[in-house]
Amino acid sequence: MPFIPHTESDIRAMLATIGAPDIDALFEEIPAELRAPGLPGVPPALSEMEVGRLMSGLAARDGRPLNFIGAGAYEHHVPSAVWAIVTRGEFYSAYTPYQAEASQGTLQLLYEYQTMMASLTGMDISNASLYDGASGLAEACLMAVRANRRSKSQRILVPAAVNPTYRDVARVIAGNQNLAFEPVPFDPKGGQTVVAALEPFAGQDITAVVVQQPNFFGTLEDVDAITDWAHANGALVVAVVNPTSLALLKPPGEWGARGADVACGDGQPLGVPLSSGGPYFGFMATKSEHVRQMPGRIIGRTVDIDGKPGFALTLQAREQHIRRGKATSNICTNQGLLVTAATIYLSLLGPDGLAQVAATCMQRTQQLIDALTRVPGVRLAFDKPRFHEAVLLLDRPVAGVLAALAARGIVGGHDISARYPSLGHALLVCATETRTTGDIEQYAGALAEVMRGPAVAA
Amino acid sequence: MSNVPADLRYLKSHEWARLESDGTVTIGISDHAQQALGDLVFVETPEPGRRVEAGEACAVVESVKAASDIYSPVTGEIIASNADLGGQPELINGDPYGAGWIMRVRLDDKAQFAAMLDAKAYEAALAAETH
Repeated sequence: MPFIPHTESDIRAMLATIGAPDIDALFEEIPAELRAPGLPGVPPALSEMEVGRLMSGLAARDGRPLNFIGAGAYEHHVPSAVWAIVTRGEFYSAYTPYQAEASQGTLQLLYEYQTMMASLTGMDISNASLYDGASGLAEACLMAVRANRRSKSQRILVPAAVNPTYRDVARVIAGNQNLAFEPVPFDPKGGQTVVAALEPFAGQDITAVVVQQPNFFGTLEDVDAITDWAHANGALVVAVVNPTSLALLKPPGEWGARGADVACGDGQPLGVPLSSGGPYFGFMATKSEHVRQMPGRIIGRTVDIDGKPGFALTLQAREQHIRRGKATSNICTNQGLLVTAATIYLSLLGPDGLAQVAATCMQRTQQLIDALTRVPGVRLAFDKPRFHEAVLLLDRPVAGVLAALAARGIVGGHDISARYPSLGHALLVCATETRTTGDIEQYAGALAEVMRGPAVAA
Repeated sequence: MSNVPADLRYLKSHEWARLESDGTVTIGISDHAQQALGDLVFVETPEPGRRVEAGEACAVVESVKAASDIYSPVTGEIIASNADLGGQPELINGDPYGAGWIMRVRLDDKAQFAAMLDAKAYEAALAAETH
């Protein structure tokens, strides 16, 4: 379905029809003092050729380093077919067309995406996506406040082992709506959130407990115990999960005796390239009993008057265009194109393919840990099982080591020392299926060389 | 023309209330309101035990085209919610003043009930709304 904006003559004809002299006349009722005089700081427009030149130059500065950073965005192999199909005209629109009578293909795709995500998370219903994983957590916390009608406190327990960026974004988005995010420390030996750390909150009015699996350190949490503790204390459970890992790990819908209540996360690992930080997409799924509190678009399957199957937006009374200020969220769109990529990625890999990707990531990461911890001055921070990331502790400041590695064409990981000062010189590393044994040896060799030298501040 | 029983009290926002013999108040939405909303698909009822203030939103009725908050006409404690609406929201369309009741409140001050519109005043309000 093409979305072609109106031409100059269309605009003139429309203005003539309603008797307006020009477009500005349509905005006359907005007082002059409320109008923005232009956009300060925005440079003049460039031609396509100039933009191409500029962006290629900026991209070239990134180089093509060997990457060992995860920390929320993961470098996976994306089969060529994924983006060849996504960029077909039928999908490649500037806007997600929701008109059921004209958009059955797109709506069917979104419906199939929802079905796959519900199956992957073990939940009843998925929405058609959100902006990204971090804002997805904020939305999930707001949703938990609406869904947990027995709780009045709006207090959400958020482990320190949850991705710090996600915690920041949730605080910025939801903090102004009087949600109180209360930290839960991690066990310094295992890098896990232990139930004993939740116990000080037992018997209090807690609205929800957030659990990230695997957590920011890559460590696997005891999600069953945390889920059961939360439910026993009248709190809902918000699961933040890595979709790739769900091919191997127990899905949130099966955590503990009753399962998590909301599952969310970043969908980037499913067919979306790193692309200098975005765009990515967020996903969210829940149990049937909470569906009316879920934000975002939901596509449903129905039948037309002839009994033939068809697809349409459903449960729209949750949304802003109907409920106005009382809508579940001001989100009334989704990341259609990236969801298209994820749906094609999941279709091409299938459940077994995704499980193979996940298992290979785990193997590579173990290989990486073995290789790097043989280097003098490097040790593993936590002794609990993990997925595809791990925290290494160095005998010197991480920044200087990373700079020296970068000079050797290696992006050695994410420095988490500033966010977690109690750990000391802490480096978060990741190896996905895209890192070969040769890549890992190259990293270990370079690290050994750097660590033989004197410590450098940065 | 919608049905406005003479023995009930009303709000302009289309809630009705009935004073029961035990002094509690049963609350629902009027026949006019259910007609305006169309086929109801979901009703969210309040948790018994909850305190409500007069004018506070405490239930939601949702049709295929709209969702509306239901306001408590009185201050008090919710003592019961109509559990049948969970599976059969259409009870409100079929019998808004009977099987389609939404909640029951033990009110703090009976004067609040007396201050609601009587049937005649509500009919006048409906007439004013349509003209």
